[in-house]
Amino acid sequence: MTVILIGLAAGIISGMGIGGGAILIPALVIFVKPEQHIAQSVNLLFFIPTAIVALVIHIKNKNVNFRMGIPIVISGLVGAVLGSKLALSMNGTALKCIFGVFLLLMGLYEIFGKGRKKKVNNV
Amino acid sequence: MAFSGRTARYLKYILIGIAAGVANGLFGSGGGTIAVPAMVFLLDAEEHKAHATALLIILPLTIVSVYFYLTNNYVDWNITWKAMVGGVVGGAIGAFLLNKCPSKILRKIFGIFMILAAIRMIF
Repeated sequence: MTVILIGLAAGIISGMGIGGGAILIPALVIFVKPEQHIAQSVNLLFFIPTAIVALVIHIKNKNVNFRMGIPIVISGLVGAVLGSKLALSMNGTALKCIFGVFLLLMGLYEIFGKGRKKKVNNV
Repeated sequence: MAFSGRTARYLKYILIGIAAGVANGLFGSGGGTIAVPAMVFLLDAEEHKAHATALLIILPLTIVSVYFYLTNNYVDWNITWKAMVGGVVGGAIGAFLLNKCPSKILRKIFGIFMILAAIRMIF
């Protein structure tokens, strides 16, 4: 039941566009206490069905920029392999600590980050 | 931006991709948190198009990372399916609430939660 409630909360937050993983992973680690790698894989799997549905809607609404997205995807795949291998080579405690630092930075960005001001002229 | 040439633009694509991929694979989340502001600030993308394009970018990266987590047995289906059930319901609620709540204030509230969770995870 705890897990379903955490999923519910993370779903509400990601439905509002705030990034559910930033809530899902720490909430699981703090309340359900799985190993850090497990918590991370829950979020990765959790993201797939939701992202497919949202992506289809965004493509239909012509909000996806393929010219910009495709080259980023290609280099991103290299990054994903590197990042995953790095995560799997670490022990859970170290990974949890690094994740905590990343979460701290994301939290600060949520509080202090501002959307870009409209540029007057695009040079 | 000092450079506006083609090479500079492709260099930015590559850097954004690798950074988003490494974060997403290493932390099981956060790729979008990096990709969205990077596209807005470095590539002059519109905010809502950057959000939509980030999904196109993160989805394949997530699938690659899931493969590595799966083959290393870092997946707990019992936690995952419960989180997904909650997440689907929550996602619908969140999308509904999006037009009713000011997300600016919510971001700050969740930012504080993220920082508290981060501190708990680090120490």
